[in-house]
Amino acid sequence: MSLTLQDIERIAWLARIEIDAREAADVHAKLTSIFTMIDALDAIDTSGIEPMSHAQDMTTPLRDDRVTESDRRADFQRVAPATEDGLYLVPRVIE
Amino acid sequence: MAVRGRSPRFEGIMTAKWEVVIGLETHAQLSTASKIFSGASTAFGAPPNAHASAVDIALPGVLPVLNRGAVERAIRFGLAVGGHVQPRSVFARKNYFYPDLPKGYQISQYEIPVVQGGRVEFVVGDAQKSVRLTRAHLEEDAGKSLHEDFSGMTGVDLNRAGTPLLEIVSEPDMRSAEEAVAYAKALHALVRWIDICDGNMQEGSFRCDANVSVRRAGDEALGTRCEIKNLNSFRFIEKAIQFEVRRQVELIDDGGTVVQETRLYDPDRDETRSMRSKEDAQDYRYFPDPDLPPLAIDSAWVARVQAWLPELPQAMRARMVERHGLLPHEAAILTAERDVATYYERTVAALGGSARLAAHWVIGELSAALNRSGVPVASAKVGPEALAGLLKRVEDKTLSGKLASTVFDAMWNGEGDADTIIAARGLKQISDTGALEKIVDDVLAAHPAIVAEVKAGKEKAFNALVGKAMAATKGKANPGEVNAILKRRLGG
Amino acid sequence: MAAHEDTIAGLAAALAARKLSSVEVTTATLDRIERAQQSLNAFVTIDRDGALAQAKAADAARARGDAGALAGVPIAHKDVLMTAGLTTTCGSRMLAKFVAPYDAFVVERLRRAGTVLVGKTNMDEFAMGSSNETSYFGTVKNPWNTAMVPGGSSGGSAAAVAARLVPGSTGTDTGGSIRQPAALTGICGLKPTYGVCSRYGLIAFASSLDTPGPFARTAEDCALMLNAMAGHDPRDSTSLDRPAEDYTREIAKPASGKPLAGLRIGLPREYFGDGLDAEVAAAIDAALATFRALGATTVDIELPAVKLSVPVYYVIAPAEASSNLSRFDGVRYGHRAAQYDGLADMYRRSRAEGFGAEVKRRILVGTYVLSHGYYDAYYLKAQKVRRLIADDFRRAFAQCDVMMGATTPGVAFPFGAKSADPVAMYLNDIFTIAGNLTGTPAISIPCGFTRAGLPIGLQIQGDYFSEARILDVAHRFQQASDWHARAPRDCAASEPRR
Repeated sequence: MSLTLQDIERIAWLARIEIDAREAADVHAKLTSIFTMIDALDAIDTSGIEPMSHAQDMTTPLRDDRVTESDRRADFQRVAPATEDGLYLVPRVIE
Repeated sequence: MAVRGRSPRFEGIMTAKWEVVIGLETHAQLSTASKIFSGASTAFGAPPNAHASAVDIALPGVLPVLNRGAVERAIRFGLAVGGHVQPRSVFARKNYFYPDLPKGYQISQYEIPVVQGGRVEFVVGDAQKSVRLTRAHLEEDAGKSLHEDFSGMTGVDLNRAGTPLLEIVSEPDMRSAEEAVAYAKALHALVRWIDICDGNMQEGSFRCDANVSVRRAGDEALGTRCEIKNLNSFRFIEKAIQFEVRRQVELIDDGGTVVQETRLYDPDRDETRSMRSKEDAQDYRYFPDPDLPPLAIDSAWVARVQAWLPELPQAMRARMVERHGLLPHEAAILTAERDVATYYERTVAALGGSARLAAHWVIGELSAALNRSGVPVASAKVGPEALAGLLKRVEDKTLSGKLASTVFDAMWNGEGDADTIIAARGLKQISDTGALEKIVDDVLAAHPAIVAEVKAGKEKAFNALVGKAMAATKGKANPGEVNAILKRRLGG
Repeated sequence: MAAHEDTIAGLAAALAARKLSSVEVTTATLDRIERAQQSLNAFVTIDRDGALAQAKAADAARARGDAGALAGVPIAHKDVLMTAGLTTTCGSRMLAKFVAPYDAFVVERLRRAGTVLVGKTNMDEFAMGSSNETSYFGTVKNPWNTAMVPGGSSGGSAAAVAARLVPGSTGTDTGGSIRQPAALTGICGLKPTYGVCSRYGLIAFASSLDTPGPFARTAEDCALMLNAMAGHDPRDSTSLDRPAEDYTREIAKPASGKPLAGLRIGLPREYFGDGLDAEVAAAIDAALATFRALGATTVDIELPAVKLSVPVYYVIAPAEASSNLSRFDGVRYGHRAAQYDGLADMYRRSRAEGFGAEVKRRILVGTYVLSHGYYDAYYLKAQKVRRLIADDFRRAFAQCDVMMGATTPGVAFPFGAKSADPVAMYLNDIFTIAGNLTGTPAISIPCGFTRAGLPIGLQIQGDYFSEARILDVAHRFQQASDWHARAPRDCAASEPRR
């Protein structure tokens, strides 16, 4: 696998992280070395192996359908960068 | 390019030349009290963000815990459509950035949904139609972006974020906008029937995305499809599909090709248009949510839900046709809503007699009265037992159809039960042959000219005599009896 | 003995006997923390007023006779754990001003046990790092040698206990973030079985690996901390619903001449190979000799897939992190860029400014391995190899009761030594990561020093839910050795050094 600068741009866009050209070169070099290490997995035969998503073999617990939360808007919005009339404000979204 | 209006070429589309292929993805909001992964209320209409708990706004460190009520409703649906309820299903994360998606991912079932397969059966006109389902999966809803101007910014309300949804995906089995609407209506009726969704389309509790493609008649391969998002009324489903079909056919006819894309229906302009803001190729990076172990549904749970499940519309329709002697379209009307079906069944039970009579009254007088007064059937001012009381007087010929209507209106106005009103108004139908013969003889004696016309062969004159006899009894005479006596007297 | 030299067990006993008050202990603790702050930078937040109020409450509870087991004992929490009303930064500019509106489960439980929260400890940003060099709030220094890293990511919590600023603290361990800094600072750090301590209120790094756990100077203290921290939490779907345990129950049993008779210690061949520092290897050998003297036997075992744990980890942890950190978008909390052009730009700049280089790197790696066309080759593959590693552990624990080896291949290293090469840094966790991938418990305890005076850590790993056992094994070793009692030169001496 060889990672290109275009790949870096693409994933930086997907991850919504701005990266300038200088950073991109450094990120490219470091990610290339990380993926060289990761590529050791290629050699492993994993046919018939069940993927392991969780550290414990368990099933999800279920909560009773009851309303347990009260309005904590004032509390939660104290740390918000921008609010108005109880709404979170973001740059205008054009659809 | 938006194409408006109906071009002359379009008239030929639905002929043999083109085949339309439609599949629907429907989001039914599940009628739980609390959200799918948090204990916040799902009630509609709260002040902005008042129902957005720590989990719903994705504070750091909070975690999802699945609502049993949402799963229970998914099982009901799976059983109702004859699908396979997965003993083990998995929640995944669908990753993308949007202000109404607080975690930056939506928790949704991806590779292993809770329900696989199944079908929805319904009637289009008098034809039976069946649409196969691919799957139904549980997921959380997003919040709402309010694009009105807030100091030049968009406002975000996360009250709806985390509301449980069942996304129901059909196979591309529909061949016209009409079929798509019929399917959507049948599905809408079904989710309400099994009490998993309130079906309120204005509040967004039931909304559809339509995948539409066209192909030349006889082609095996499907055409390129476009997905029309967020259709929240049956009319919009119909209009949007009709527009989109026209657009695609004209595009291809003009030598163009359909591009796979997401489109939005604009009801004001009656057109669909490309959602350009989503132009960047989406890459949702689905992976199993590490915060949620697999969902297990054991057979005992499925059996409990099965036992709870009411008789389903399709089975009920079949029974109404076979046992009650109703016509398919009558059965379809009576099973469009569970409350209507319940009303009808209770009427039949209380009446103990003709189911067809009950059906006609529920479809006719009762529906009309409900429409006039704008109340739901569950709070009809004449209940099923009261209606049966009235219909008993129709069956035993105490009341004519016309008188029965009068009594029904009086009942609706709260004047009491049928027998009380009949007694109070002296509306009892006269069926006593002796009394009627006397009245007929009086009429014949009073109108010799009309009698002469009848004898000369004028049909209309006979009806005039019936009318005179009815008038003489203020409408209380049994019209059949009057007819018979007149025939005996004149035909002699 | 000065209070700050005492253990949690010792302090709790003294407080229970009313030999000293929590206000006295807490005041002294706060003074020491403030004095050491300049040299160690172990804390991000010091909550003097809050701590003294809690201390008074603890003293009052002691007086009433309804005090919790750890009433009045001062502790510190890693700044990855939410603490209601206190800034919770996760070592990041992104949350530099974020005041948590609720308590994490383990924070709540330790409060209920009566502990006094004196402050929040410095850490690698979003718990991503092995040297505490990625914190937005500056590096934490190793109390044994302030030119050296304390390890990471829970470096502040480890340094605070090693420097005798607090007798115990909390950390979180995703790939070794408790055990590795414990080893590098010469203290005990326990990573419990996944699911034993709720993750509720732990700012997620990699959800399927993140595990809260305690730091203390003795195994017994770790057991006391775990008693308070463990338990089922219905707010975490991966929290295990098991009967409560007393993790001191084995430790409390009377010692015999051969307290570890019958214990089979597995020695994984892979833990003793190339790359292991010679002085570290010698210290481990010496420790094993002590265990044999205590009655244990050793058995050679193999964990063939464990060598793949680093690549597996660097797929799974970044993948989960890339998704977990998406919520930091500058909308509802956290850093929002001052200048931006539209929504996407607001996201991109806020995240570019709010996250440091290592965090961004891992988000990008995670985004890549989950992206279209790479999922099967990386993420799914890594999950399958994770299963192979778990299978190795299962087979190993059929042959032995615990496994031992070095916690880290080397000891504390100088600042900057591994910063340029992320892979060299990642290899620090080569012995600890497998425990996170499997979800099994492990403890690091001090077992010696290099000639340069830097601590060496021994890792004791057990099967699922064997915390009481491995704590007891560690405790018996500490009864027969004094490595855990060695203290670095006091960084908080009354006259602060200039």
